[in-house]
Amino acid sequence: MSDKLINKEDLPAALKNLKKENEVLVPVKENGFYGFKPLADEKTLDLHFSNTRLSPKSLLLPQSEKIFEFTINEKEEDANILKEVSKEYPPTVIVGIRPCDAKAWRLVNVNFDTPEFKDPWWIKRLKSMVFIGLGCNEPCHTCFCTSVNCGPFNQDGLDVLIYDLGEKFLLRTFTDNGEQILKRAGINGDADNDILKEADRLKIKAEKKITSNVPTENLAKKKINELFNAPFWDDLAFACINCGTCTFLCPTCWCFDIQDEVFKKQGDRIRNWDSCMFPLFTHHASGHNPRTDKVQRIRQRFMHKLKYYIDKYNNGVACVGCGRCINYCPVNIDIREAFKLMNDQAE
Amino acid sequence: MIEYLDRIREQANKILKDKKVDVIIGFKKGTIPMTTEPALIRDLEKTDQLYWDSFCNINLASYLPKRNEKIGIIAKGCDSRNIVNHIVENQIKREQLYIIGVPCQGMVDQRKITSFLDGKELEEVSESDENIILKGKGFEHTVKKSDYWQDNCKSCTHRNPAIYDVLAGDLIEEDGDIDSFSDVKDIEGKSFDEKWSFFTDLVNNCIRCYACRNACPLCYCPTCFVDESDPQWVGKSTDRTDTMIFHVLRAYHCAGRCTDCGACEQACPMEIKVRLFTRKLNKDALDLYGWEAGLNTEKRPPLDTYSPDDDDKFIL
Repeated sequence: MSDKLINKEDLPAALKNLKKENEVLVPVKENGFYGFKPLADEKTLDLHFSNTRLSPKSLLLPQSEKIFEFTINEKEEDANILKEVSKEYPPTVIVGIRPCDAKAWRLVNVNFDTPEFKDPWWIKRLKSMVFIGLGCNEPCHTCFCTSVNCGPFNQDGLDVLIYDLGEKFLLRTFTDNGEQILKRAGINGDADNDILKEADRLKIKAEKKITSNVPTENLAKKKINELFNAPFWDDLAFACINCGTCTFLCPTCWCFDIQDEVFKKQGDRIRNWDSCMFPLFTHHASGHNPRTDKVQRIRQRFMHKLKYYIDKYNNGVACVGCGRCINYCPVNIDIREAFKLMNDQAE
Repeated sequence: MIEYLDRIREQANKILKDKKVDVIIGFKKGTIPMTTEPALIRDLEKTDQLYWDSFCNINLASYLPKRNEKIGIIAKGCDSRNIVNHIVENQIKREQLYIIGVPCQGMVDQRKITSFLDGKELEEVSESDENIILKGKGFEHTVKKSDYWQDNCKSCTHRNPAIYDVLAGDLIEEDGDIDSFSDVKDIEGKSFDEKWSFFTDLVNNCIRCYACRNACPLCYCPTCFVDESDPQWVGKSTDRTDTMIFHVLRAYHCAGRCTDCGACEQACPMEIKVRLFTRKLNKDALDLYGWEAGLNTEKRPPLDTYSPDDDDKFIL
């Protein structure tokens, strides 16, 4: 793969070149925080952000998505038959995604693209996307990516990674898609060895800036029941108000619910984000709810991320250390604390 | 604010030691600047974990319903009013509580500070009587607390606890009748269409995480109407009608009960000004019934009682 160099001020124009054939999504500040929005012609690229408020998971797994439609009008020939909603999957380039969020789709992918089950919408969207990441020169004090198999310049899940070298951007490609897209954008300045060395130094410097870390080494070998019945859950859960902020902002929370909504005779089958923090998440049709208390729900959230995921996929923890849940939890429930309690729980 | 800390710990220690209460509900210092975490303290030796500063923005009354033990609780003005609500609404018994009242000097809005810092990362925050001191890499700013108060604290007329057993500091002078509801009046002045588009825009970013609902001490229903599933009352998608129904019904459920503590707004991860819904109802309760919630354990709230003097202009 290759390494390309471009003057900072030339990047927006290069990205505009891509707009002929692609949707180009970039971080845009609106209402005080960033989210991925289409690159507007008249605007210059704003990459002065720490991260987007919501994780970009909605690009692959929209919060609400109509997947089937049907009619319940018995007079119609196709009454009560589900029909897939046709959708466009335009080629899309996502520019400025942080390495943690790119790694996140790789962790989530194990749920949507398995040897037995293929989620068609997830897979088609993923196929249509090229991820151009932006390395983090200045990680936040709540970032702990380096202790969860990620890092400020981690390339997992990315086609291209941008290194901000001050005057210039270095763009390193890792996939053919990445190569192609840079060609189409007309980004072809070659980077010499000095530049690559500078990039390596930048990466090491950024990694050193991450002061927050979590222990994970014992999680895999812990027994599920011991963690499940550990004495710390009540304390950890006390403050929790059971809102869905942590799960909805999290780049690796993938749970969804499927609902049918009917208006007059016309029905839609909709897939919506769901959250293990909500009582309805486990409410059975019988009326029984196996998770009636918040302590059970908060335990599920942390056990899923830090234990069940490891055991099931042998793929590390289901957390990329982005720190969103720490920063936006209304009552300061800190996942780093959960890591410590679970990892250090005495046997 | 921080000067209350010693007295809070001292009182908490005393009532636990004297077995007046089984547990204390208060705040712990947060793991990141400008945060606090509600905490349940059972052990005497842990009372020094109790903390108080200008970022104790969550309403601790939320943690009272369904508890059976004797509870010591730290309460600023608005928390105390929600404790009154809980007593009136039979969610907790007065005899169960030992209230350590905190005359509140206003809570600082961490979003406003974050926006002031404009991307610079805060590493340390401290405070004096009037000021907040913000430190990070290459900067130190001293800002006036009152310039960064939460919006609800700016219009607060009940800083002193409405109900308490002991105080963590001297009662302070109330700011009088300063809540002019100018924000509500602005909206009232709009046309029907303008109002609709105003509220539609207001909730446009809502992700239905229900943080506003769950941070609210009034929301203790065993099953919230949005969680009803048999039959289901409200759609679960991000359809704007369903989202609006959630917000409007939530607000109406708070009519005559809301103390404008601002927990809903502080909890919202999308920075939606959800108080603009409830404030209209607070204004109506005041205009129509001369009622402010949570001030008196003996009076029934206007919406669950009838008086021949009740306003009837909307019928007749």
